[in-house]
Amino acid sequence: MQDKIYQYLLLTGDNAMILGHRLSELCGHGPSLETDIALTNISLDLFGQTRNYFQLAGALTTDNKSEDDIAFLRMAHDYRNVLLVEQPNKDFAHVIVRQFLFDSFHILLLKELTNSNDQQIAAIAQKSLKEVTYHLDFSSEWVKRLGAGTEESHQKMQDAIDFLYPYSGELLEETPIELEMKEMGIGADLPAMKTNYYNHIHQVLEEATLVPPETSWFQSGGKKGIHSEHLGFILAELQYMQRAYPNMNW
Amino acid sequence: MKDSTENLEIEFQHKIDQGYNIEPKDWMPEKYRKTHIRQISQHAHSEIVGMLPEGNWITRAPTLRRKVALLAKVQDEAGHGLYLYSATETLGISRDELIEQLHAGKAKYSSIFNYPTLTWADIGAIGWLVDGAAIINQVMLTRTSYGPYARAMVRICKEESFHQRQGYEIMLTLCNGTEVQKQMAQDALSRWWWPSLMMFGPTDAESTHTELSMKWKIKRKSNDELRQQFIDNTVPQAGILGITIPDKDLKWNEKTGHYDFGEIDWEEFWNVVKGNGPCNKQRLDARRSAYEKGAWVREAASQYAEKQRNKEFTEAN
Repeated sequence: MQDKIYQYLLLTGDNAMILGHRLSELCGHGPSLETDIALTNISLDLFGQTRNYFQLAGALTTDNKSEDDIAFLRMAHDYRNVLLVEQPNKDFAHVIVRQFLFDSFHILLLKELTNSNDQQIAAIAQKSLKEVTYHLDFSSEWVKRLGAGTEESHQKMQDAIDFLYPYSGELLEETPIELEMKEMGIGADLPAMKTNYYNHIHQVLEEATLVPPETSWFQSGGKKGIHSEHLGFILAELQYMQRAYPNMNW
Repeated sequence: MKDSTENLEIEFQHKIDQGYNIEPKDWMPEKYRKTHIRQISQHAHSEIVGMLPEGNWITRAPTLRRKVALLAKVQDEAGHGLYLYSATETLGISRDELIEQLHAGKAKYSSIFNYPTLTWADIGAIGWLVDGAAIINQVMLTRTSYGPYARAMVRICKEESFHQRQGYEIMLTLCNGTEVQKQMAQDALSRWWWPSLMMFGPTDAESTHTELSMKWKIKRKSNDELRQQFIDNTVPQAGILGITIPDKDLKWNEKTGHYDFGEIDWEEFWNVVKGNGPCNKQRLDARRSAYEKGAWVREAASQYAEKQRNKEFTEAN
């Protein structure tokens, strides 16, 4: 049972960590000082959430894993994040659309998790919900601003939507662990969020004069440990110090 | 006319001598304004360019705790840049103009950021030495005569002293760690020591800006005084870490009550100032690239804001 909760925490914690990592790559390189600061804020929140999930997960392991053991010392196929969050920072449109597709899901997930039977998960969700409300506000506003801004920004946003939208489906895909956690009242009901999720996304896209691509095909694999080619490079940086200098205090 | 300018100048100097701040709407000599635009914007640029060498280690920070601290630190620097650009704008120049000056290579920033960060220990050394040197300068600037600059400095100093402690704590952890970690710390100190001393600028004999800056209370201590203060503070800290400062002439002088130290390589200093440091080109390229890649975003945001204003106007009528 403990192991299953541990696995469930990886599913939520890895999304936060890998997206936090992608955003952290932008620190110092944003299109303006204000957006640089805002994206770093979101990255900081996500790493804070990651730490909460991994500290909780570590306490469930028999060998007392630390948050850093969990964050840095797994093989690529043991990470459970969705493919969406590992997609690269191709341009600011990709960054915003990736964030928007994730935040729109994240807020629904956290709202459900605040009612989890596991009090610690509920407490983390409660705290994170405040942060993610801001994230969604930020990304939705930018979707509108860039979608309805100039012709160039509209085109870049439409390209980003076309590319990233097929990665949204995996967020709501239910793995056996998620099904089990849902049935025990610990986890969220992902399939039940689908209507709300896409209604919200389509509504914001419409305001932004953008259209979702006509696709019924969604990419997936990350939650089962089958990732895109990007994850290996993310981990090469993320794990570098822990792999090059094992068993040291920093 | 000449008389009235003279009177204004006398009044202005009197105000400074009495210890009052000069505020944006007060009369000030053109040279005072220009000197401040130069100095505050240089400081702002240093914060923004300074994000790059440290940002270089964010994705590779060794633990989650260190990563979060480093991200927050680099973010603080962006915030400092923002206040300082705003303080400069009170002197009648826009942020865009200032950024253009930086990108065109016309404006300077602190040369220290033209050195590379090669190991994790460099993040510790920058916090300890570079922020340590910056604080000495900045504490003095909290009492500078131009109000907006002095007030920005009060806030910045609080955050900088936190960064410095954080950097020193990274060094302490390394020095209490394995032999490999201690070597990493020593190597970082060896590379960052001399460039940190150069942060205070040329010696008083060589400094062209010092005299007027003192009169106008833009500066209250000379480059050499500040440098000495930094050395006196830092040498005992290196002692606690158990690593060696790379200066064979460094020794305590009973008579002066200060440390004597060796000759700074001024040729290296001027070379880096002139653009030949190890990373001058990379740093400016990174800034330009971020700005150019962000042009369509800024343009879209301003057009959208205008559309919204027009919409509100139409709805209101």
